[in-house]
Amino acid sequence: MSELTQERILERLTEKFGDKILQHENPYNLLTITVDRSIVLDLASFLHSDEELKFQFLTDITGVHYPEPNDELGVVYHYHNLYKNVRIRVKAFFPKTDPVIASLTPVFSAANWMERETYDFFGILFQGHPNLKRILNVDDLGYFPMRKEYALEDPTREDKDDTMFGR
Amino acid sequence: MAEVKIDKAPAGLEGPGFFATSLDQVVGMARKNSLWPMPFATSCCGIEFMATMASTYDLGRFGAERLSYSPRQADMLLVMGTIAKKMGPVLRKVYEQMAEPKWVVAVGACASSGGIFDTYSVLQGIDRIIPVDVYVPGCPPRPEQILDGIMRVQDLVQSESIRRRDSPEYKALLEKYQIQ
Amino acid sequence: MNFGPTHPATHGVFQNIITLDGERIVDAVPTVGYIHRAFEKIAERKPFYHITPLTDRLNYCSSPINNMGWHMTVEKLAGIELPKRVEYMRVVIMELSRIADHLICNSVLGVDTGALTGFLYVFQSREKIYEIFEEICGARLTTNIGRIGGFERDFNDIVFHKIDLFLKEFPAVMEEFENLLNRNRIFMDRTVGIGPISAERALNYGFTGPNLRAAGVDYDVRVTSPYSSYEDFDFEIPIGTAGDTYDRFMVRNKEIWASVSIIRQAMEKIKAMPRGLFHADVPEFYLPPKEDVYSQMEALIWHFKIVMGETEIPKGEVYHSVEGGNGELGFYLISDGGRAPFRLHFRRPCFIYYQAYPEMIRGQQLADAVATMSSLNLIAGEMDA
Repeated sequence: MSELTQERILERLTEKFGDKILQHENPYNLLTITVDRSIVLDLASFLHSDEELKFQFLTDITGVHYPEPNDELGVVYHYHNLYKNVRIRVKAFFPKTDPVIASLTPVFSAANWMERETYDFFGILFQGHPNLKRILNVDDLGYFPMRKEYALEDPTREDKDDTMFGR
Repeated sequence: MAEVKIDKAPAGLEGPGFFATSLDQVVGMARKNSLWPMPFATSCCGIEFMATMASTYDLGRFGAERLSYSPRQADMLLVMGTIAKKMGPVLRKVYEQMAEPKWVVAVGACASSGGIFDTYSVLQGIDRIIPVDVYVPGCPPRPEQILDGIMRVQDLVQSESIRRRDSPEYKALLEKYQIQ
Repeated sequence: MNFGPTHPATHGVFQNIITLDGERIVDAVPTVGYIHRAFEKIAERKPFYHITPLTDRLNYCSSPINNMGWHMTVEKLAGIELPKRVEYMRVVIMELSRIADHLICNSVLGVDTGALTGFLYVFQSREKIYEIFEEICGARLTTNIGRIGGFERDFNDIVFHKIDLFLKEFPAVMEEFENLLNRNRIFMDRTVGIGPISAERALNYGFTGPNLRAAGVDYDVRVTSPYSSYEDFDFEIPIGTAGDTYDRFMVRNKEIWASVSIIRQAMEKIKAMPRGLFHADVPEFYLPPKEDVYSQMEALIWHFKIVMGETEIPKGEVYHSVEGGNGELGFYLISDGGRAPFRLHFRRPCFIYYQAYPEMIRGQQLADAVATMSSLNLIAGEMDA
């Protein structure tokens, strides 16, 4: 069959990973599955190497922080099957106190800097990453700025009057 | 055939075979018409600078044709674009490597004061780390504005005393920025 | 040896620490982040229409494409459908800015290999494009063009005239530029075989855009997932073979010609439609005209609601991508119904393909590293966001 439908993708994934696929939805016609973080690397290699799925292009990796309800961090992966032009989004969540997840660098070289950026902004530790250091911020920044508890502005600035600038 | 404008000579006493004026003015005139800029272009203002260097708004008309990418050979530092805190030490080093006399132009809102980026990672104005002579506002400034800024630098250059760089006020200014 | 962050040809700030063996490059370690301006964090603070000027400054050589991509993302979230005329106007603007972006990249590649004349010729055309943008939105470079739902004003007579003049005069300039460099012996020696990358490696590294097409893969977001009525246009996607610097240069040249053809087709279609329609009817997102705000109650209420943030923004997450000057520029937006996005992430093509730079220059000479870097069209604003 030449059409790769969302039902077929879900079928293949649930038959391989079973209950590690926690939930699935379809916002704006893009299949989004939430998985347990332990299968993230196996899922990536399965998507890459499987003859039918062939999601061999990693579009993006990014992080997200949901302070409510459980103060969780998440990693969001976007994959693209260039042969059939199908996209899929994979999400994995974990508590902020234990931000560890496997790195995709063995499968996709593109994941290298994407994961460094996610680490730099959220503090998510990618295991197996060859060089997990900060990439965009200064090395001695000391905190993970995209987390919701940190403000946008420079906290050490003295010359701006907060009452005038509405902070 | 277009008319070529030649800069006016400073006021002085003229006679057959000699022209007496003050050294400051001659040196000022010579310097202002041969400023060698060092473009320190980081972002969008850099593209407007490229447009200023191109033929429509030619910067070469003002004597600044030869861009120098080595700070040791430049006398005007044009800082164009946002300077992040990561870039600050680099800018400082480049400024220190320039030989006196040197002038600094902060082109664009980001270089003058941080611009629209009031964030943890952007230096809110390069005058926090180096002394600045001319600020050119705009986001990005039109090439005409950049040229106007450079003409203001030329005014500064012309009217500067040749002893200024050794004067105690200048040394105090550098002390404030902790530059040797 | 330290290569950057301040280096010639005004590319932007990236640093590479290159290990050399004589003149040959053994390894390179790139460092980025010298212009990190925290766009994603700023976006969490700003209402949707305030984020447009922020997106300008991503790939600032072709800022209208970023603006339009962002507007389309919000329109996807809110389910807004645009009239065809507006979509064709968007196509014209995006293709003009694509031409501008490729012109900069190619002429700067010429400068880096020593040919300064091409740069000067080509920037005259860029000035013409700037004039067109200025007539539409008031700004030359960081345009903030368009609004969510369309444009802020219609194309007037001057715009039509300037675009027609551009279409008439630009092909001659482009031919002159191509004659200068395409089959130039010195240029070809400097660029053929320099900085190659194979299609498999490029795909694994997440390459998109002209750099990927030069390696042989015909992936163009305008064709695979057409947006803004691109399916109504007939254009070619140029593909290279070796993925080296010369192929990238030629692919960009051919794309400029393809863009000129698209603009011509779009202008014909726009001229065949009646004037006056320049936005969709979405009062929740598109500010009503000031005359109505001062005279009609409903327009006043909508204006108040939009500016004070009282409109209903749908909740959801959406990923939308456009074909930027460098490749697939993606916007991943998570909205929680509030005035500002909950999370906005930019999928920046430059950032992703710069990882492959050490692999591309290994074994080559130092001067080739410069040519490779400038053929990749690295824009610092997009890389660091």
